[in-house]
Amino acid sequence: MLDTLPDLVNSNPALVRRGQWTHATLLIEIGDQGWLVRIDAGRLSVTPETWRVSDWDFAIRGPEEAWRKFWQTMPPPMHHDLHALVRTGKFRLEGDIDLMLANMLYLKLVLETLRGRV
Amino acid sequence: MTAMTIEPVTGRYGHLSIWGQDHRLYWEEAGTGIPLLCLHTAGSDGRQYRAILNDAEITQRFRVIVFDMPWHGKSSPPAGFQDQEYQLTTDAYVELVTTVARALDLDRPVVMGCSIGGRVVLELAKRHPDLFRAVIGLQSSAFVQRYFPIDHLHKPTIHGGEYCAAYCYGLVGPAAPLQHRWETLWHYMQGGPGVFKGDLHFYSMDGDVSDRLAEIDTGRCPVYMLTGEYDHSCTPQASRDTAALIDGADLTVMDGMGHFPMSEDPEKFRTYLLPVLAKIA
Repeated sequence: MLDTLPDLVNSNPALVRRGQWTHATLLIEIGDQGWLVRIDAGRLSVTPETWRVSDWDFAIRGPEEAWRKFWQTMPPPMHHDLHALVRTGKFRLEGDIDLMLANMLYLKLVLETLRGRV
Repeated sequence: MTAMTIEPVTGRYGHLSIWGQDHRLYWEEAGTGIPLLCLHTAGSDGRQYRAILNDAEITQRFRVIVFDMPWHGKSSPPAGFQDQEYQLTTDAYVELVTTVARALDLDRPVVMGCSIGGRVVLELAKRHPDLFRAVIGLQSSAFVQRYFPIDHLHKPTIHGGEYCAAYCYGLVGPAAPLQHRWETLWHYMQGGPGVFKGDLHFYSMDGDVSDRLAEIDTGRCPVYMLTGEYDHSCTPQASRDTAALIDGADLTVMDGMGHFPMSEDPEKFRTYLLPVLAKIA
């Protein structure tokens, strides 16, 4: 599901520049499937979480249905934003929250690159 | 000579006593007619109303006045601010708006506020129905339960400007024009440390007006409410619940809009605002 994410981000110079100081691993959990997103100076690599034994800095977990709505070209209200999805209890943020929030604008823009493509 | 288009907006500074302290306050205005006093959102400033100030259809009938709250925009914090924690309360906010209205000698202005401003206009309608001609609450609700820790908005490990903008990013409707989305976020990026957090003390701690809504007399001071469909802070349902408790309140939910209608999508917002202004005058 996230196979195309690195190309979408790494080919976007403005987005890479915005993340130039970001070095972290993000776990994105979509239903039962985890994806490890390695961020290195704004550039991404993604691997499926195979063994469910992994090392990450922060995680976003949510059911597949909520992610699919989030990634619609025009998502419905309360599915259009991470904070909205946390408010409704559909998403959960875990790990080093300070590190995550310090990079939140970059992360929101990264996740939005998949709108209309999943 | 290089061509320049000059807006019909003037900005001035005034010195006055607010909250028992001298303040240097910045405000902008344009137009003539019925005073329309505009209140910006938490952690931002009066630039949110730039399109209203430049809207000839509005300024030919209304004198639009927008001030930056103390600690916000071009208004300074008071002397000694470095040893104070800024924290907005209901009483302080009501005092601020009434003080500015009196200082500018406004004759029964319409007051329009967004978010925290949309909340305080309900309090103003209740406490001062004879001082205001009508109130317009944008993203207005009686109370918003806190749903995210606000300490992160002012913490040395997190850049406040970047995070305030990141939080507000998703409060903008997803279809908002990019230029206006990012202008709206830029205002948040420029807020003083801890100021957005201090405003939210009013929004989600001190400023619950739920038990006072029934006392609002819309016969004396009409209440209009406009709420964006995509606002996850003051949701349409929160505005509906609030309007249901105010006899005579006039609520419209705005398609596709988020938490900053006048700033994030001014062209679309005016299609909702103009009919409300037509009802008022």
